[in-house]
Amino acid sequence: ILLQNRQGKTRLAKYYVPLEDSEKHKVEYEVHRLVVNRDPKFTNFVEFRTHKVIYRRYAGLFFSMCVDITDNELAYLECIHLFVEILDHFFSNVCELDLVFNFHKVYLILDEFILAGELQETSKRAITERMAELEKLE
Amino acid sequence: MNPFSSGTRLRDMIRAIRACKTAAEERAVVRKECAAIRAAISENDQDYRHRNLAKLMFIHMLGYPTHFGQMECLKLIASAGFPEKRIGYLGLMLLLDERQEVLMLVTNSLKQDLNHSNQYIVGLALCALGNICSAEMARDLAPEVERLLHGRDPNIKKKAALCSIRIIRKVPDLAENFMGPAASLLKEKHHGVLIAGVQLCTDLCKANTDALEYLRKNCTEGLVRILKDVSNSPYAPEYDIAGITDPFLHIRVLRLMRMLGQEDADSSEYMNDILAQVATKTESNKNVGNAILYECVETIMGIEATSGLRVLAINILGRFLSNRDNNIRYVALNMLMKAITVDAQAVQRHRTTILECVKDSDASIRKRALELVFLLVNDGNVKPLAKELIDYLEVSDQEFKGDLTAKICSIVEKFSQEKLWYIDQMFKVLSLAGNYVKDDVWHALIVVISNAPDLQGYSVRSLYRALQTSYEQESLVRVAVWCIGEYGEMLVNNVGVLEVEEPMTVTESDAVDAVEVALKRHSSDMTTRAMSLIALLKLSSRFTPTSERIKEIVTQHKGSVALELQQRSIEFNSIIQRHQNIKSSLVERMPVLDEAAYLGKRAGSSQPTLSAEKSSKPTTSAASLKLPNGVAKPPAAPLVDLLDLSSDDAPVLPSAPNDFLNDLLGIGLPNSSSSGAAPSTTTDLLMDLLSIGTSPAQNGPSDSNVVPSSAKAAESKPAPVTAPVMDLLDGLPSNASPPRDENLVYPTITAFESSTLKIAFSFEKQPEKPQVTLISATFTNLSSSTLTNFIFQAAVPKFVQLHLDPASSSTLPANGNGTITQSLRVTNTQHGQKPLAMRVRMAYKFNDEDKLEQGQISNFPPGL
Repeated sequence: ILLQNRQGKTRLAKYYVPLEDSEKHKVEYEVHRLVVNRDPKFTNFVEFRTHKVIYRRYAGLFFSMCVDITDNELAYLECIHLFVEILDHFFSNVCELDLVFNFHKVYLILDEFILAGELQETSKRAITERMAELEKLE
Repeated sequence: MNPFSSGTRLRDMIRAIRACKTAAEERAVVRKECAAIRAAISENDQDYRHRNLAKLMFIHMLGYPTHFGQMECLKLIASAGFPEKRIGYLGLMLLLDERQEVLMLVTNSLKQDLNHSNQYIVGLALCALGNICSAEMARDLAPEVERLLHGRDPNIKKKAALCSIRIIRKVPDLAENFMGPAASLLKEKHHGVLIAGVQLCTDLCKANTDALEYLRKNCTEGLVRILKDVSNSPYAPEYDIAGITDPFLHIRVLRLMRMLGQEDADSSEYMNDILAQVATKTESNKNVGNAILYECVETIMGIEATSGLRVLAINILGRFLSNRDNNIRYVALNMLMKAITVDAQAVQRHRTTILECVKDSDASIRKRALELVFLLVNDGNVKPLAKELIDYLEVSDQEFKGDLTAKICSIVEKFSQEKLWYIDQMFKVLSLAGNYVKDDVWHALIVVISNAPDLQGYSVRSLYRALQTSYEQESLVRVAVWCIGEYGEMLVNNVGVLEVEEPMTVTESDAVDAVEVALKRHSSDMTTRAMSLIALLKLSSRFTPTSERIKEIVTQHKGSVALELQQRSIEFNSIIQRHQNIKSSLVERMPVLDEAAYLGKRAGSSQPTLSAEKSSKPTTSAASLKLPNGVAKPPAAPLVDLLDLSSDDAPVLPSAPNDFLNDLLGIGLPNSSSSGAAPSTTTDLLMDLLSIGTSPAQNGPSDSNVVPSSAKAAESKPAPVTAPVMDLLDGLPSNASPPRDENLVYPTITAFESSTLKIAFSFEKQPEKPQVTLISATFTNLSSSTLTNFIFQAAVPKFVQLHLDPASSSTLPANGNGTITQSLRVTNTQHGQKPLAMRVRMAYKFNDEDKLEQGQISNFPPGL
């Protein structure tokens, strides 16, 4: 999962397969180049190496997920949207700066949402409640 | 204590970094922070460890190296408090991955945390394990995870289930341990656990066929029930997305059903009803609904569904295809591609819509649609489809043309029923996108044209016409030039006009013009130019009135900087100038190219040229390939073999071409000796070749077995020393430079003398290489008539290596009015022990009679 802004700055990057650092940077760069120039009317899917990138743009931020070629694209598109809604709920009206300054929390939310590359919880309420519990512990 | 509320320094750092205007500033800030963190690490600072790690993670995200923080993660994980552990695990997941050695150290902490009484800490450990678990860790910790699957807390259960997925992926052998627990997860009510359980089952099926069987038996029923429940459930705000309850669960269940129902009629039968229900009831006006429908269709296609269900599925795809949302159309195309194997007829119905998608502006859609069209083509619809695609080729994007062209070409090749149609379509493609056509495609086209005698006239005329408008399409130009060269007279004389053709008048000089343009165009590449030269050569014999002009054009390229072109033009020039009598047979039309052999070759075997390549000029394919003596039509390189001497079978033709062959050999062979072949073999080969053509006429003045006791008188005439460099074939002996006496250490000898011929050898040695001698041979004609087709050959004993450079000419003017020079490089490997010796043989034409003279030279100056 990659979260990049329009300038190609990575705001969040989570890999569920091991990659070298240099390889990660290459992937981030290439995905950004692939995604940023596409017309909004185009599909949200681009083929990338042996996989597919499902991306969605929210204001200046691109949410991209690299998935297997056989996976259900529409479902992942919905998945991205759900993630954004959760973020929105958690930060109450999320913006890019929230994600920059609270990047560790974004990671924690993501960990509650997706684990080992698979969906873990599909209920927005369950995740926000869980996050609140965890926050209380700190 | 909250690590972030106490110190605002993480925020400060992020602000500072954000405030940086240049990359250099940013680097400076990061360097400073890193230094501070390192210092803190070395002091073993407890209080700020978590904060430092958080900073490191941010720095890591910016792309800076952070290896030094790895141990800090482990320390934090080992500490007791939840906040420390939390940030430690986060760091672990971000800064490390499964391949690092350090990870081994964390296994123990993970084990402890998995058994912790605090469910949140267990959750953290599971989360970390799920994200970075390696194969060793999977083996070590699998029992703990399995135990947690049986626990009570849904949060832990779902995490444990996903962890198990990772474990199974790393170590598939462990799958059987998880089969039972996974099946029981499907009986849960909690959606998070359900979805995790379904995913675990899916992965189990992938990992292990036993697991697939087990789950098929035990879970199909349960799955159908789950799907029934979620799709029939009333509004559930917690899981509702756009009016549909938990679409994600829908999709996962459908996917697992696909795995279970694949090639299994019983379970497929069981699923039919619910699939039909989902397929008909799901609303398709929202993305989520479509996602479910899409997955449902895929499942219907994947399992042994009833035909009615399949029709339903294809119809859903048809609806998708006409949807205005590009995403939906994309998945529909994707799915149709899979459906085509199941029900091609149903997919054919959507052909026109798919064809429209090829013309979409979105590259992803275009690509899918094109691939689909490619699969759709059959004998019945190839003509309209190819026409559509070719029409579109004209207006398509540049970057799409390559793909499109390749696909059109392969469609046209694969389904062409008649040659005329094939040729027509290929010409269209060539003139629209010739630059994107791959070499093997136009090679194949030429093979086809050469095999269709009744269409050659039509082809060359169409190409000529196309050439007038599309000179910028490289492969069109190549094919056109080749055809004009081969079938030029059909162009001019309108041979074999088809009914559909418009009449056209092309003069001979028009045809030459066309080729000349191709030759001189700035953008033409080497291959095109070389092909143009050959076409001109061929035309020069067919269009006699233009031969003077062709000669001029060819001559212009004698100074070309490209070696290939220069060589060709020099060779061709010589053919035009001095071999009129054989030219026409030389440039005959090529024999019909072997279609089967070409196709076989194209199919993948890249066997080396099997034609008998007796000459070994590695750089010039044209020169080397024309030598095969017609025994094997060289199928391996039929298209480069443009000069085509294949028809010059030695027995058939008069001896003149043979001599010409020898002439060519005389150029070609010396190079082969330099590439390591023993010089004696080379010479033998030459002798053999010679004896074919010249054996009957040996009544010349030379007595071949008599060793000439040649006069030892030193040659009075100054012998030219410099070897001719440029004039490979052209007789320009006058440019020999005056002798450089200071280099002449050895006296010049008369190596051979007969009533017609005198040979003088002069020697040169480089002091640092005493074994090597450079010999300049000067041939003088003593008779009163000119000697033509002159060839000099030499043989040396085994201990000597010989390298013959090309002679300056093959014509020797009468009465000593000119000379031929040729240089030889001799390496005496037993220098100082054995003296040099040489046998020579001269073949030439004297008063139109073939003559042969032989001799032995043993009067070399001592010390060579």
